[in-house]
Amino acid sequence: MAERMTLIGGRTSKQGTALCAGKLGAEYIQISSTVEMNVEDMARLGLSNDSQVRLRTAVGETVLRCKGRETKDLPPGILFMAYGPLSSELMAGDTAASGMPISKNLDVEVEPVPVEVQYPGGSRT
Amino acid sequence: MSDDIRIVPDATCTFCGCVCDDMVLTVDLQHKRITKSENACVLGKAWFKEHGIEERPFAIVDGRETTTAEGVETAAQILAEAYFPIIYGLSDTTCEAQRVAVAIADMIGGTVDTTTSVCHGPTGIAFQAGGESTASLGEIKNRADLVVFWGGNPAEAHPRLFTRYAVTAKGMYVPNGRKDRTIVLVDVRRTASTPVADIFIQVKPRTDFEVLWALRALVKGRRVDPSIEARTGVSLAVLEDLADRMKRCRFGALLFGMGLTMTRGRHFNSGALLALATDLNAFTHFVAKPVRGHGNVTGADNVVSWQTGFPFGVNFSRGYPRFNPGEFTTVDLLARGDVDAAMIIASDPASNFPKASIEHLRRIPVISLDPKETHTSRLARVAFTTATYGISVPGTVYRMDDVPLTLRPAFDSPYPSDEEVLTAIRNRVSELLGGNREPAGAPPAAVPA
Repeated sequence: MAERMTLIGGRTSKQGTALCAGKLGAEYIQISSTVEMNVEDMARLGLSNDSQVRLRTAVGETVLRCKGRETKDLPPGILFMAYGPLSSELMAGDTAASGMPISKNLDVEVEPVPVEVQYPGGSRT
Repeated sequence: MSDDIRIVPDATCTFCGCVCDDMVLTVDLQHKRITKSENACVLGKAWFKEHGIEERPFAIVDGRETTTAEGVETAAQILAEAYFPIIYGLSDTTCEAQRVAVAIADMIGGTVDTTTSVCHGPTGIAFQAGGESTASLGEIKNRADLVVFWGGNPAEAHPRLFTRYAVTAKGMYVPNGRKDRTIVLVDVRRTASTPVADIFIQVKPRTDFEVLWALRALVKGRRVDPSIEARTGVSLAVLEDLADRMKRCRFGALLFGMGLTMTRGRHFNSGALLALATDLNAFTHFVAKPVRGHGNVTGADNVVSWQTGFPFGVNFSRGYPRFNPGEFTTVDLLARGDVDAAMIIASDPASNFPKASIEHLRRIPVISLDPKETHTSRLARVAFTTATYGISVPGTVYRMDDVPLTLRPAFDSPYPSDEEVLTAIRNRVSELLGGNREPAGAPPAAVPA
C-alpha cells in the first residue's frame, strides 16, 4: 500500500567527504542510495533499517535503502535523501521559468519493495 | 612518506564557499599528495586527501584515450559546428578559466550558465527585484550579535562557517564569541546544525514564504492572525519573539541556504528574506547573505556579471548578451531538447540534474573538463582530465561574501589547467570561425565610405 510523503533532498558531510574520493565510488553510491524515514512511518509500512522502498513522483521512480530516524529528528511524513543519480530520477525538468528544478519538499508515493528471493534460474519476489 | 616535504602556509581550501584561507598543508612532493591539512574541517581534509595525482588519460575522444591536443581539436570542431551550444558548470574552477569560458560562449553565439542556476539562482533573481543588504563575513564575525540561519545545515555543508565567522568566533564587538550571540535556526527538520542554536524554529515544508512575510508584517507593527500557526507550524508568539529580537539586536545577519531556493516559492522565498533584512534596517543594522556551496560559485557569478552584465543563464545568439532564467538556464535548455552541444566545466550535471535533462545530455555531443571521472565525463564525447584548482592550479576565487582570494597550490600536476584547455579551445574555435560567429539574421556589416 503506497503512502504519500514529502521528500527533502540535501547534502550531508559523509556525502561531501565521499564525493572527494569520487562519485563513482562505492561509498558515494551507498550514501546517495539511502533514504531517511521516520521510524513510526517505517513500522507502519513494515520496514526496518536496510529495507528497500520505492519512491515515485509524477516523472519517475527509484528504489532506495531505508534508514530510520526518531521523530524528534525527522517528523512523520518527511523523508530525507542525499542528492545523487537516484534523486535525479524523481525530479521534474520544469523550473517554472526560474532555472531551478524543485528538489526539496517533493510529493512522493512511498511503498515497500518485497524482499527479493533468489531462485534457481532467476529471481522472483 | 618521502623526505621531500613542503609546508604551504595560508593555503586556500576550495571545497565549499567558505574558501578558508588559513590552511597549513604538509605536502609529500615525491608522491604528489597532501598528507596533512591543518585547520581544515572534515570536508576540507577529505578534499585535500583525495586530490592527489590520479593515473588518468589526458583526454578521451569517442571512448579512445588520446592527447589533450586531439581533444582540443575535436572539442573546437563540435563547438564551431553547433547551432545552439551551451557552456555550463564553472563553480569549481578559477576566475581566470571562467572568463575564457564566457569568451567562447560569446564567440560561438551560445549560452553560458553556471551551477548558480541550480543553487542560489533564485536568489540572484531576487537581488534584481529588491537588492541586497550585504556584509562581508568579517563584518558578521566582528559585529553580529544575532545570527539567523534559514534553510541550511552549515554543520554538515559549511562546518567552519560556525567556528570561523558566525557562531563561536570572537570578534571586535562580540569579544566573548558564542556568549555574545543569539543563534536562531529555521528549518523544516532537525539537523546536525540544530544543537548549535539557542532557538530552533521548525516550519512546515513549503511555508517559508508565509513565515517570512508574517515576520515582515510583525516588524512593521502590523497584526498577524494566530491562524498562521495552523498554516506554518510556527505559533504567533514565537514569531513575535523573533521579530522583537531582530529589531532589538545591534547587528543582525540572516544566512540562508537552498532550503529557500530549491522548494516551492524559489525566488519569492529569497526575495521575502532579503526584503525582511532591508525592512529591519529601519530599526537596527541587519544584513542577509546566501550561503554558497561550491568553492568558486561566487566567482562564477562575479565573472559572468562583469563580462555580460548578468549573473548566469546568459545567451549570445543575437550577438549581445540576454538573460532569461527558464529560457537560457541549463536544466530547461536540456529538458526541452533545445541545445545541440554542451561543454561542461568542473561540474557533474549527469549526476544531479532532473532525468529529462540528463537524457538529452546523452543525445548530444558533450565536452567535459574535470580532474576526476564523473557521470558526465562518462557520457562525454570528449573528456579532458584537468588539474585541480587550489591544489595544483593557481588563480583567483571568490568567497561566498564576494571577497576575492588568491590560491596557493601545493604541487604541480602533469595535467593542464581548465584555463589552459579552454584557451586552446578558444584559439582553435576562433581559427575555425574566423572570429566571432555572425548571429543568424544579422544585417551585413556596414562598409566605411
